[in-house]
Amino acid sequence: MTLPLFFFYLFSATCIGAAVMVISSRNPVHSVLFLILAFVNAAGIFLLAGAEFLAMILIVVYVGAVAVLFLFVVMMLDVDFAELRKGFLQHLPIGMLIGLIFLIELVLVAVGFVVSPQVAAESVLPINDTISNTRALGQVLYTRYVYLFQAAGLVLLVAMIGAIVLTLRHRKNIKRQDIGRQVGRKRSEAVKTVKVESGKGL
Amino acid sequence: MEAQIGLGNFLTVGAILFTIGVFGIFLNRKNVIVILMSIELLLLAVNINFVGFSMALDDLAGQVFALLVLTVAAAEAAIGLAILVVYYRNRGSIAVDDINMMKG
Repeated sequence: MTLPLFFFYLFSATCIGAAVMVISSRNPVHSVLFLILAFVNAAGIFLLAGAEFLAMILIVVYVGAVAVLFLFVVMMLDVDFAELRKGFLQHLPIGMLIGLIFLIELVLVAVGFVVSPQVAAESVLPINDTISNTRALGQVLYTRYVYLFQAAGLVLLVAMIGAIVLTLRHRKNIKRQDIGRQVGRKRSEAVKTVKVESGKGL
Repeated sequence: MEAQIGLGNFLTVGAILFTIGVFGIFLNRKNVIVILMSIELLLLAVNINFVGFSMALDDLAGQVFALLVLTVAAAEAAIGLAILVVYYRNRGSIAVDDINMMKG
């Protein structure tokens, strides 16, 4: 067994093990941590496939942003997870059946798969080994796939605005500082002069 | 180095991960957070397939599309978690059972 193949098996075995733990873990925080492990190992698989930029993006975006977002939400919501696990095994048989059928089909496809040489010869963007992967990606991303790139940016913009709109709320009964009002206040509105007779109070 | 790992290997890993993701949705029917994580696993499996094909066919387009899948996955996670937080604020729980209350 060659070294790359060994690492491929190592990464994929860890990745699959972590994925199993994600769905079967009792504590959602552990689930998120195993999700991070799965992503890191998937990044290793990407590296072995020669997609260095994607591997780094996977670590930065997924581990750095998405998984931490999950962690935030899991820890912020005070949810009774034991309650949610009731009936955990209720759907196990049907899930197992569907999963098994699915897996057999997919593996049959994956193993008996032959790429026709004609398709392999007609590569849209042949990988240029003389320049780095990041550079090669950048050269096509901003030229040939610029519309897709813009569309991806639009998707992210809509997602950002949507998330803000969904979670923003104005509470009526809390007092906030309104600097404009505070500075624009006049003396007449704030101070009242009263004549108090001596010996009486207000 | 790259020729030593066959396309079948990548497709098998992708298939197993995808199955685990589908299975996770069935297994954790009540827990939306784990369902969202399962969806992330599904998208990761798709990405592994894309990258595997990109390597096998010597074509950079697969990596470009994997990048776009990553973008969509990040957006989906953000929106999904935002909906989850709003739902929790309104209901005090995240049980999927009564989520059909959300429809119009």
